[in-house]
Amino acid sequence: MKQLWLTAKLDIVESLRARWFQIYTLVFGGIVALLFLFGLTESRVLGFIGLSRLLVTYIQLTMAILPIFVLITTVRSVAGDREAGVFEYLLSLPVSLSAWFWGKIVGRYIVVFAPVFLAMLGAVGWATIQGIEVPWEMFSYYTALLAVMAMCFLGIGMLISAVARTTDMAQGAAFLVWLTFLLFLDLILLGVMIQGKVAPEFAVTLALANPLQVFRTAALALFDPQLIVLGPSAYVILDLFGTTGYKIFALVYPATLGVLSATIGYFLFRRGDLP
Amino acid sequence: MIKFSNVAKDFRKARVLDGISLDIGIGERVALIGSNGAGKTTLIRCLLGEYTHDGEVTINGLDPRNNRTQVLGTIGFVPQLPPPLKMPVGQLIDFSAELCGTDPQRIHDIAKRLGLDIDAILTRQFVRLSGGMKQKLLIAIALGREAKVLVMDEPAANLDPEARKIFFDLLAERQNEATMIISSHRLDEVSSLVNRVIEMDLGKVVLDDRVADDVSLASTLNCRIVVKRAEPAFAKAIGAWKFAGSDDGLIWEGSIAGADRLRFHGMVARYIALVNDISLTEVTN
Repeated sequence: MKQLWLTAKLDIVESLRARWFQIYTLVFGGIVALLFLFGLTESRVLGFIGLSRLLVTYIQLTMAILPIFVLITTVRSVAGDREAGVFEYLLSLPVSLSAWFWGKIVGRYIVVFAPVFLAMLGAVGWATIQGIEVPWEMFSYYTALLAVMAMCFLGIGMLISAVARTTDMAQGAAFLVWLTFLLFLDLILLGVMIQGKVAPEFAVTLALANPLQVFRTAALALFDPQLIVLGPSAYVILDLFGTTGYKIFALVYPATLGVLSATIGYFLFRRGDLP
Repeated sequence: MIKFSNVAKDFRKARVLDGISLDIGIGERVALIGSNGAGKTTLIRCLLGEYTHDGEVTINGLDPRNNRTQVLGTIGFVPQLPPPLKMPVGQLIDFSAELCGTDPQRIHDIAKRLGLDIDAILTRQFVRLSGGMKQKLLIAIALGREAKVLVMDEPAANLDPEARKIFFDLLAERQNEATMIISSHRLDEVSSLVNRVIEMDLGKVVLDDRVADDVSLASTLNCRIVVKRAEPAFAKAIGAWKFAGSDDGLIWEGSIAGADRLRFHGMVARYIALVNDISLTEVTN
């Protein structure tokens, strides 16, 4: 356990000094600041006003940015470290492979989740000072959603890093994974279903398997229970699960996918050449 | 102590190690030499448990891959190229010391002996240090613990003569209790440090020779060189070895580490037409 925390701490310190982290923090801090600046808390959409309006917009933007950011930075730094000889040196020290791999994940997870969460927490703090009502239930669920989103894409990123031997290959694979998730968002599914070339069950299964779609549906379901703004596949899914059931599924499935990906990544990592 | 039994390694069907079998005992100082692509680094990585391979590698009967913390706790490793770590020097020392169960002060002390003031660079990023500073720090981390095996890849390449002398002293202090494997693609860089030479080529051991152990790692050679005329290029080269010259630039005196004699001769050989007289006297410390 000591080795795991030492590795996690090491990864946190390395990340805090990396440029990607500074940009990452700036992006999420900047989003919240801009949303306040443009008076989003005073505008109304679908009955939402105040902080809940801001949180809805924030999570939508986060869903667009976080996955690709986490995927690319994770594979870049892990595969880059391997190529640059960091693994060769640090893995010559007496640290177990499990402590090293999971320690890196823990450290990276803290670094990835903290700015996103702190930006949201900052918004809540500012709203409290301004006397704007805080929707705690929404805030809690969105926090959980962001936590599993980070876990999911970090796990996938670590799996790609374990498989790819070069930074270029890892980056390419990460981009391809993200693009695939993006392509199978609801709009594409809708088009496919309209054309009637695949069974609706298959389209629904795809939507259920795509973590991006799962997050999107879960986030929207909070303020649009009928899912009018979404396509039919999301509606069918919600009908199957119910609102609460889907909210739970939206947390459990991506978290499982992330942990499973990371676990497969770990076994591949320990089975092959380390540097 | 260290046993390689029929070790083989392929990279995409290319055979990089081809049935290596070696026994290296305690107290042996091995020069692992060979041209680029000979398989030296791959062999070292197999020894460190970083590569999967056919055959068997054991250190004191233990497989370094399956008993990582136990085996690597006894190995001090200095890589040829320092890793581009962004962490501060202080954290790297604390991280290594904690993993290896040693007191960070030991690392500080060895670095100080090598001429590196750790306190002044504690908060500086490792990657921002000069090549020589990085090398000294990595040596200090490797030697600042109870390592029974020292694996070093061109360890003295970035060190100035003074630091090299101290480095040889540090190795001399360990020579009876530790096994050393020093990798280099040039024998003259390491020949005086070792008592066994293993040459590799195309993944095979092509030479395994025990050499006379006449040179004490801790010895010093007092040297006096007389040149025909004062020559700025020679003055600069000999000045790098901390030699003092006479006012007319014709007589130069200084001392060199015994283990550095071949390297020193290599430098002097470049100006051999200029040399009138040279004397070397060994002083064992």
